[in-house]
Order: sequence, then C-alpha cells, then structure tokens
Amino acid sequence: MPTSLIEGNSLLAIDIGAVTTRAAYFDVVEGRYRFISMGQSPTTASAPLKNVALGAQMAIENLQSLLGKQLIDGDGRLTMPSQPDGVGVDCVVTTISAGPAIKTIVVGLLADISLKSIESLAQTTYTQIVDSIGLNDQRRSDEQVDAIVRTSPELIMMAGGMDGGATSSIQKILEIIGLAAYLLPDNKRPVVLYAGNKALAHEVTETLKDIASFVQISSNVRPSLQVEDLAPAQRDLAGLVIKVREQQMPQLAELRELSGGIILPSAYAQGRMIRFLSSSGKDVLSVDAGASAISIGASFDGDLHLNVFPQFGLGEPLAGLLRHTTLAEIARWIPLDIPMEMVREYLYQKSLYPAAIPATLEELAIEQAILRQNLLLSARLMGNRLPPMRRRRDGLLPPFEPILASGAAITGAATPGQTLLMLLDGLQPTGFVNLALDQNNLLAMLGAASEVNSILPIHVIDSGALSELATVIAPISKASFGTPIVQAKLTRSYGNPVTVEVQMGDLQVLPLENGETGTLDLRPLRRADLGFGPGKSIEGLEVYGSSLGIVIDARGRPLILPDDAGQRRALLKKWQAAVGG
Amino acid sequence: MIAPLTHILALTTLVRKRMLPVNGRIIARVGQKVTPTDVVGDAVIGRKYVIVDFAQGLHLPLKKAAAFLKVKKGQKVARKEVIAETTSIFPRTVQSPADGRVVAIGGGKLVLETGGSMFELTAGIPGVVSEIIADRGVVIRATGAIVQGVYGNGRVETGVMVSMIEKPDDIFSNTNLDVSLRGSIILAGHVNNPAVIKGAAELPLRGLILSSISPSVLSAVAQAPFPILVTEGFGQRPMNLSAFKLLTTNIKRDVTLNAEFYDRQQGARPEIFIQLPVTQDPPEPRDVETFAPGQIVRICYLSRPSMVGTVVQLRPGLSTLSNGLNALTAEVRLESGEQMLVPLTNLEVLG
Repeated sequence: MPTSLIEGNSLLAIDIGAVTTRAAYFDVVEGRYRFISMGQSPTTASAPLKNVALGAQMAIENLQSLLGKQLIDGDGRLTMPSQPDGVGVDCVVTTISAGPAIKTIVVGLLADISLKSIESLAQTTYTQIVDSIGLNDQRRSDEQVDAIVRTSPELIMMAGGMDGGATSSIQKILEIIGLAAYLLPDNKRPVVLYAGNKALAHEVTETLKDIASFVQISSNVRPSLQVEDLAPAQRDLAGLVIKVREQQMPQLAELRELSGGIILPSAYAQGRMIRFLSSSGKDVLSVDAGASAISIGASFDGDLHLNVFPQFGLGEPLAGLLRHTTLAEIARWIPLDIPMEMVREYLYQKSLYPAAIPATLEELAIEQAILRQNLLLSARLMGNRLPPMRRRRDGLLPPFEPILASGAAITGAATPGQTLLMLLDGLQPTGFVNLALDQNNLLAMLGAASEVNSILPIHVIDSGALSELATVIAPISKASFGTPIVQAKLTRSYGNPVTVEVQMGDLQVLPLENGETGTLDLRPLRRADLGFGPGKSIEGLEVYGSSLGIVIDARGRPLILPDDAGQRRALLKKWQAAVGG
Repeated sequence: MIAPLTHILALTTLVRKRMLPVNGRIIARVGQKVTPTDVVGDAVIGRKYVIVDFAQGLHLPLKKAAAFLKVKKGQKVARKEVIAETTSIFPRTVQSPADGRVVAIGGGKLVLETGGSMFELTAGIPGVVSEIIADRGVVIRATGAIVQGVYGNGRVETGVMVSMIEKPDDIFSNTNLDVSLRGSIILAGHVNNPAVIKGAAELPLRGLILSSISPSVLSAVAQAPFPILVTEGFGQRPMNLSAFKLLTTNIKRDVTLNAEFYDRQQGARPEIFIQLPVTQDPPEPRDVETFAPGQIVRICYLSRPSMVGTVVQLRPGLSTLSNGLNALTAEVRLESGEQMLVPLTNLEVLG
C-alpha cells in the first residue's frame, strides 16, 4: 500500500517569526505530499495587538485566498478535520522564533565540563545567558542569591555531576537556586531544566516543584567525563522555551491546543529536519538568518549541532552588534563608497524599524554587508563549538554538502548572484557543495510536521520545495594570486563541453540551467584541494542545473579582502558581476 | 495589512498605565486628579539578601537548631539583635548581621532581606486616575496633544517647552545653549556632539525633544539626568513635518516629556504630552490601523531622512523596487506633489 494512503492527511504549518507569520498548506497530490501554498501576515506578538494568534489567523486567511479553499469557518475557527467537500485541514503544527531572547542562568560544577555542556545546550535555542554559577564562582551564597533575584531569569538550566558520581556540590547550588526562586515574586519565578547527575533528579523536583514555575528533569548532558550528550535535553529544552513563550504570549496556548501540542521553537524544528536530511551519511549545514537571530545547524550523519545566535539577528539586535564586531569589518563588504558613519546609523535605525527593508541601492549594500559579517561571525563561533574532531585549525567550517539557507534577507535578495555571494562570503564553505534555498522557510515547518507525519517532509523535500542556487567548488590552495589552480570541464547533456582554467583569486561561473544535467571533470593544479583531498582530480561528477550553475570560487580560504578601499570595492564589484550582478 | 502606528494628534484622550517595577503600595485613588510629578505609588527596590547559618552558629544539628530560633518569618530584626540562642548555662547566641526582615527559614539557615531604596512612581502625565491595578500601578486618563517618538532615555519630566528650532532640519549645538533656558524643556533639531548633552545637563535643562541624534551621542543621552526624546531616530534626520507643526504651535505650554524606553513587546513608547482644556473628551487614538488610501504616513528610510506623505494607492501583489527587491508596496504622494513607490514595511501611519 502506498504510504500516502496511510497518512493521506492535509497539514497546515504555522511559523511565527519575529517579523512575519507564515501559514503553509501541505496536501497529497498524485499520491505524494506536496507543499501547496503559503499565506503571510505581520507577526502580532507585540503591541498594539499583543496577540500572536491574530497574526496566525491573518496568515491563514491570506493562505485561504491563495488556495481558493476555506480553512476557517464563519466564526473564525479552523475547520478540523477536513470535510468531504474539501473545507478545512486535518492537522496543524506550529513553530515560533518570535520573542525576545530568554534570560537564562546556567548552573554547573566545573567550568570546562558540566558548565560548558549546559552552556552549549543553552546556545541551541533563543537564550541570552545572563549569569553563570559554578563551583569556581568566587561569590558568597547570598551574593549568588542576590544576583539571581536581580536578574530575574526566565529560565534556569542546571547540570553537574556524572551519573553515579558525588552529589553534595550540586546540592549546595540547588539550595541557592531554590532560595532565589522562592524570593522571586510568584509571577516572576523561572522555569528550571535539570540535566545533571540523575541520582539527584528526585531531590531537584522535590526542592523546586513548588517554587519554580515549572521543573523539567532531563537526561544528564554530561553522563561521564568523556561523553557529552545534548540531544535528549534539547527536546526538553524546546518544550521549556515554549512554556516561557506562553507566559509572554498567552494566546500561544490556543495555537498549541490547535496543533495538538506540536509547537516547537523554529530553530529546534529546523534542527530536526537537518538531522533527518543528514542521516543518510551526509554532512548538512543549514543557516537561517532572521530578524531575531541567526541559527546554524550542522549535522554530520545524523549527529546534530545546533546554535542560535540572538546577538546576530538582523532586527532589534543590530543596536548591539558593535559589541561583537567593528564598523570597519562590516563596511569592508560594501562595494559602494558609503561613509562609515552611515553604516553605524543604519545599524541603529534598523533596530528601531526591524521590519523595514532596504529601499535604495545604498541601503541594500549596507544590509547585505551586515548579513555577510553576521554570517561570518556566526560561522566562526559555530566552528569553534563543534567537537574537536570536526574543528578546523584555520577557523573555517568543515566541508558540508549540501548547505541550505533560509531567511528573507538571504532568499529575497534582488538577484541569485547577491544571494550566492552573501553565502560564500559569510560562510566561506570549502570543497564541493551544493547550495539550496529554502525560500518559503519550510524546513522548520517540516521539522515540526515530522512529529505527526514522518512521510510528509520526505515527499515535500523530494518534490523540489527547495530551490537549487548553485554547485560550488571552493578550492583550498596556497598558490599565489593569478596562478592557475583548477582546470574544469563541464559536459552538458545537450550542447558542447566547456573547459576553463581558474586562477587563484578568480570567481568563475559555468552556467547549467535548472532542469539541465551534466558531468564535471575537475583537475586541481599545484596540489589544490577541491574537496576530494590535496591534488586529487575527479572525473565524471554528475551535476544538476540550478539558478547559477557551477561556480568555482577560487578567491581563497579564508577570504582576504584588500586593505585599500578602492581596490576592495573594485574587487567586490568584479565578483558581483562575475555571478551575474 | 496591519500598519505600524505613531500617534501625532492635536487633541485626543490619552489612557496610560503607570506601573511599579515590583509589587508595592498604591497611594492614588480612583478619580484623583494628578499632576505629572505626583507620586501615585511606591515600592522598595534593590534589596539584598543575607543568609545566616544559625545552626552552625549554635553548633547544633539542623533538626535541633530550629527550636532555638527567636524570630519568625516576616519579623523585622535589628543589626546585632539576637536571632537564635541556646538555653544552656553557657548559651550560644547568633546575632543578626544587619537590619532587615526575615523572609525565609529552613535547613538551619535564615534569610534576611536588607537594604533597598524607595522607588516612587510618578503619574507621568497630568490627568485623572481612572483605575487602580492592585499593588502594581494606576491607569490615568488625560486630554491633550500627543507626539510619539522612537527613542527615549527612560526619564520623565514636566516643564515649559521652549523652541530652539526654526526648521525641521536644524542642528542643535552648544552655541544654542544659554542660561535663559535653565529649567525648560527644549524643542530642538539634530544633535551630533555629546558635548551638547553635557552642556544641557550643566545648565540644567528639564528635558530635550530632538529630531535625531548621531549614534556617537547615545552614551551621553543615556546618562543625561533629564529626559531626552528623539522623534526620528539616528543620523541627521529632520523632524517630520506633522510633529514639527504640532510642537511648534504649542511653544510656551507646559508639556510632559515621558522619554520612556521603547518597548515594542509591551507597546511602551516615548511621548510628549501637552494637556489641553476640553469641554468634552475627544476620542482615544486608534490602536490598530490597516493600510488604506488617504492615510498620512511617514516613510522610514534606513539611511535617509524620513518623509511624510499620503497613501494614494496600495499596489496589488509584489512590486520591484529600484534596488531590485520585491515587496508589497504603496504609492505615496509627498507634500511636494512627487509620487513614489514605498514598501509597506517601511511605512508608519501617523495619526
């Protein structure tokens, strides 16, 4: 029996972003699930409406008009399940990235062990770590209590102790957490995640159950000295993030009810999808550049490493961006002669108007420069947080294939070439990689959908819901600029072969349109590494068409821009022209 | 599509919540007339906690120690007051290390809440208290003119508004400051030099209403001892004509400058309020608008001065902007008569 007949239900996925709420409809077409259409609305989590459900309703109404199909009845209620006449939908899932970063205190024992692991866990979602308490903390107990009461965290994440190990140290810290939670007003008490020595789980629950707003016991993130296991706790943390969001946005509970409980933080849901896509032995990277945060998921054959960077969000967080980088580092990516002060003003003004989009060429150049720099900073941090065996000495990300990108600032660029260069400059991938765009921000929705329908995401991804941007070969070579480092021959299914020799410093495009196929022969010169090992050639590599085709990015890794502003701008313009403007 | 809204209204009824940062005492009553500086509630903030290990002090096991405690939860204690004492011939005592109140007892320890300072919540606007929010705050109703800004430094003050602006694009410099301005709320243009803010603090002024500031001034603005409200944002941006006209026609009036922090989530915005006498309450401003032709809008450029115009038409579907981006747009006619295509995301309805 075909799988589609087993689970042939329509599904509505709602994604609540910081700026935009999307409603996507999936249904069975010719025996397979397909993404049918998407409606949008501004997110209404903030004042004046302060009702996140309204934005969802408006997005669904917009979707209805695009579908030509009723999903909501006359009373404004979603019709569930779908009716024989086609009205309504069978199932709903929700993801959310809207909301301020969650004020979080992390608690552990040793800085390099449990505290580090719990910090890593916190960094997988939309948190802002406001304090850290561990064994090496020099503060007195009452100073620690003061600090917790003063910061009034929304979330406390505790780890510490290996399973079967000593418990007294964590008990002492537990006493402090309990006391501080007790001293906070009832409506300010935090939710608590405990992911430490499991022998203490019961005691943690008993100590905190009446004084924390919610206590979640999870698996130990550091069950032994050598093992860090964040995955089970990530799921529990996702649930706690939703609990915090429900306190901030009470109508989210309505959506949770509507979604049969399937409501997940967008980054977590996207991470699920990336893990799934990599489970067939691939190393997949996803990057989502949103107004509230940049999220990067790196999954190596099903082993997911997820990081959320609220400090690099492209909306309100921009007011604080210069704490993490300099104006010069941002401005170096601008191909136009724009005063540095204008860039600074742009950062602050955009933080006031996070939904505003660049309306002039200058604004677009600044926005894309900021995005490049934020991607670069996020990728660097991500690279450093990967397990040692995955880290590279040069600070670059390890090779991935494919890389999936989402977020309106990336996917909504004026040209595919602009999108490509933002990704290449920001992430600086190496080797052979296909870049694809998630233009409808479906990955997070599909990650949530997989909780209720494991077949749907597979069918939707197979149906071409992602848009192929380019196949990139980014060699690593120590050759000097101008020296040939790659010979490439592209043989299209139809048409004459094209052969090129690419020099160090060049950016070369071999067009291969969407729908076309071909084979690629790559011969490195001077022991350049094209992703198959230093000096190793490859022949007959099957390649598929995309918006831009085959792109050989021989500009060097890490990418170094000229110090001279004039030369640099000329080079940036040359590269932009090379990818079609 | 829902439109962001900035209130610039010559006459309206304003309803504003004023809230304590923590639970406290509300002094005002429903129906009470208040001036902006009237205290409507107070609360103690910034308390510190001291943990006293009395079991250890008494040299007793946890279970036994509690019996020798001489204070109860909620009780006030003075520094050096005996809080625990054994009953033997040679009694051991534990004294309170500070003045405070016992807030928790358990496990052979007690917690004292000490210190803190009194926070007084002022009415912020002149009006009538229409509702009390138990232990937390009040709702005040007032009638008058309002101009909302985009940035505030978190302070509130009231005073006579004096104009130091002739054109919306004026730059306000140190040379504009003199002793005759002392105690006034100054309406001025763009400030690009932190020394202006420091000079204003030395006079001192009672408040500053500015069209825009350079980011380099931000630190001085944040530290200024008086409220500073910015109407347009960062970079050299002239004051929008609607705000400029309304404010300059109310010079020499008492204004309330509530430069509170812009909190998008909760909807708190910095604003200037000018109380005006009325015989009948005018309507409250609308909280929500959807874009429609005829609306007065501000075009919010990210790197250029904003402009004010009127929505002529909402374009169906996506339009391509001059920079190649696709967006939902409106055609907007400027006061000059020029018509332009603007993404809806960059428009704010004024009204």
